[in-house]
Amino acid sequence: MVHLLVQAAKYLLIFCFLFYTFACFWVFRYRKDVSEQSYIFHLQRVLLYLIQFIANGVLYLTSKNQQILIFYLLQVLLVSLIFIFYHIFYKKASRLVLNNMCMLFTIGLVMLTRLSMDKAYRQYLFLVAGAAIAMLIPVFLQKLSVFRKLTWLYSVVGILSLMAVAVVGTTSYGAKLSISIAGISIQPSEFVKILFVFFIASMLYQKKDIKQVLVTSGVSALFVLALVISKDLGGALLYFVTYLVMIYVATGKMSYFLSGIGAMGLAAFAGAKMFPHVQTRIIAWKDPLSVIDNEGYQVSQSLFGIGTGGWFGLGLNQGMPKKIPVVEKDFIFSAISEEFGGVFAICVILVCASCFIMFMNIAMQMRDSYYKLVALGLATLYAGQVFLTIGGVIKFIPSTGVTLPLISYGGSSLISTMIIIGVIQGLYMRPRTPVVKISETLEKEGEENGKIQEP
Amino acid sequence: MAKSKNHEYVVVTYLFLAMFIALIGYFIYYMVFLSENFINNPYNSLQNLFSEYVVRGDIESADGYTLATTTVDDDGAETRTYPYKDLFAHAVGYTTKGKSGIENQANFLLLRSHSLFTSQLLNDIKGEKSLGDTVVTTLNYKLQQTAYDALGSHDGAVIVMEPSTGKILAMVSKPSFDPNTIDVDWDDIISGENALLVNRATQGKYAPGSVFKILTTLEYYREQGADVSDFSFDCKSYFTYEGKTIHCASDKSHGTENLKEAFANSCNSSFASISLTLNLEQFQKTCDDLLFNQDLPVSFESGQSRFQITADDSSSLVMETGIGQGKTLVSPLHMLLLTSAIDNNGTLMTPYLIDSVKNTYGDAVKSYTPSVWGTLFTSKEASFLEEYMRSVVTDGTGKKLDTEDYTAYGKTGTAQVSDTTDQTNAWFIGYAKNDREADIALAVIVEDSGSGSKYAVPVAKKIFDAYFE
Repeated sequence: MVHLLVQAAKYLLIFCFLFYTFACFWVFRYRKDVSEQSYIFHLQRVLLYLIQFIANGVLYLTSKNQQILIFYLLQVLLVSLIFIFYHIFYKKASRLVLNNMCMLFTIGLVMLTRLSMDKAYRQYLFLVAGAAIAMLIPVFLQKLSVFRKLTWLYSVVGILSLMAVAVVGTTSYGAKLSISIAGISIQPSEFVKILFVFFIASMLYQKKDIKQVLVTSGVSALFVLALVISKDLGGALLYFVTYLVMIYVATGKMSYFLSGIGAMGLAAFAGAKMFPHVQTRIIAWKDPLSVIDNEGYQVSQSLFGIGTGGWFGLGLNQGMPKKIPVVEKDFIFSAISEEFGGVFAICVILVCASCFIMFMNIAMQMRDSYYKLVALGLATLYAGQVFLTIGGVIKFIPSTGVTLPLISYGGSSLISTMIIIGVIQGLYMRPRTPVVKISETLEKEGEENGKIQEP
Repeated sequence: MAKSKNHEYVVVTYLFLAMFIALIGYFIYYMVFLSENFINNPYNSLQNLFSEYVVRGDIESADGYTLATTTVDDDGAETRTYPYKDLFAHAVGYTTKGKSGIENQANFLLLRSHSLFTSQLLNDIKGEKSLGDTVVTTLNYKLQQTAYDALGSHDGAVIVMEPSTGKILAMVSKPSFDPNTIDVDWDDIISGENALLVNRATQGKYAPGSVFKILTTLEYYREQGADVSDFSFDCKSYFTYEGKTIHCASDKSHGTENLKEAFANSCNSSFASISLTLNLEQFQKTCDDLLFNQDLPVSFESGQSRFQITADDSSSLVMETGIGQGKTLVSPLHMLLLTSAIDNNGTLMTPYLIDSVKNTYGDAVKSYTPSVWGTLFTSKEASFLEEYMRSVVTDGTGKKLDTEDYTAYGKTGTAQVSDTTDQTNAWFIGYAKNDREADIALAVIVEDSGSGSKYAVPVAKKIFDAYFE
């Protein structure tokens, strides 16, 4: 009977999440209709609570672990507090980004509860911390205007942190990613990537001449180099793509972008020749089954899970996702696909895509070219990371060892994504005030309008 | 104005959206086209999850005999039974103590249930298991039984295939074991010297003896072309070069022969002399192209054949290699594939053992279709070899197969097991056709017996007779 319930719940979960995902895109049809939008966002929240309830219910029924009930209530509390807080203090925040954030971390928590109660608790604590930071960020963004002037601080702190990892970092899966401070393992590259975006934006929001571009490129190269020294090639790739996109947008020169992609191809080729652990991953990518006992084990297990799960999944707690090494971090997408099903997994990609569209939307709506670049850089980081992780676990591209934002286990990754979302929300609320004023007083203050548009 | 300012932002948005779409596209592509290969992989331990809700399905022969079935007693305990005991042991395999054979290869297919959705739902509510799908093999009960009986008390292997499709019709390996009692017999089986679990038909490694002359002849033909008809050799029952003497079987002197006669008589002296003229680098390439030193293109367990020759090798090794001794080792399956390709005008069809899957009510779920693996010989080479293999039956060591019921082709072999014993394995590989049925090809090895014409050819004859009856 439990089996039947689990199977029924499986389809119900897929239905709810499909509906939720559909709403993410449907809402763009009602750009002007605020009440219709509000209705859709409320519907999304109902669906979120429903998914949270069903998924935790299944987890409880299949494990009979009473901790899950308490943990479920804690999750409801956290999500509700976040909604209430934004409702009271940040009425103008993007509710789509807010809903998606809560949806994605809820899926992550469900999956982690299923994989390891212990890690789920820890993730919850990181979430609370991340949510608190994310809620404070918009205040700083509104009060302080010093951010665009800290160019060299960003680069010095960023590069030094990455260098520190290269020197004293602990090695995992062939790459140095983290350092231990007072017993807590921190992955600095997760935070430095935000500084990196702020750095490039500070460099390029005003001057875009060749000299400025060269200096920016030189310093960016140091960031990337520090990551390469740590053998964090996934990170290096992510930083480099972000750099390219920002340079392209700031200068408007496609040739920079294309020659950068060319250079990346060469570097990837050289990297494959030089680093044994890159070769390993390329072999595992080409034909994982042929090297299943060694290099291909992880990707093969991931593909077994996704394939056997099929379109509708095996049902929560019905699969064997723990067969996949590091499933709770880099390979959590496979676990989701295995138990929630391929349809659900595709919806996860679509929800991530909707987050990205919203980030870019915000970048385009702003008038301040500094914050436009910041939003662009953060959007690129987010989309790049989603693409690298999911592409790696489904064998579309070689696996690069990057986490899935908001879903994968890991404090650094989670908090850094929460910061990114905090900044995006802050920016979303920031320009609106003047813009609204302008449109109201457009005729009277035409000059000011022009001034704000071209800072 | 704002729009033109956002031009680059729009480009970046579309670029990443295209990447997301590509990601979803690949995901769908994987699910639809690639996932099956992964799901069915024996390493995929997720398969076993299904046994909680599904009773493992039956395995059937192509002619409707049940080769494996699961019985459930009143307490719900399941027993896998194999009605024909050791007859299909290697081909069908076992499920306790690990998995092998079709039980391993088709594990996932057997653990899925495509019975009616409503009945599955009903089972689910009642807490009962659904019945798994039935896997229908390409194996033919009658041929399997004939091959098994024909080997008699000898150890050895027989494997039979339909060259035009790649269907494996029979696969016998002796000595065999009873998969019903493998649990109880396990310790004896693995401690015994007979290597009972090895499927000799696909994994056995044997010196090919004279059946290898097909390859030596092919290489000579590739190097000489039409000039092979000029070949003439005066056989005095032995051939000596640089102190090494190669003898013909039973020290028989064959007199003056052309190449075809030498092939039909399986004359070691002529072939030893031919070997010395061959371009060895080219010979190595020919054999590499013919599936030596690599995994055979099959989805079931098989072994690699070995062939190694270089210009630095001694002339004695070159001569021995040319007559199928030396360091060369082959599996019966490999020899079967070569002879099947000769019959099929040079084209090898991918061999397969699973013909179709049906649900417990007999409705088709899925059927597998033949596929071309590739070309091993040009059609000219195939017809050249066919002519030679026919002469073995009409004028040479395979005369016992000369009948009006069908036209047989082949090559015998009598392979010395090692330099230190007189023990020999008898070989026959070949094929037969008539106007009505599809052609069949086979490879037979009878261990520790005697000459191929005396011990292996009669086995082949029984199978051909049974098939074309």
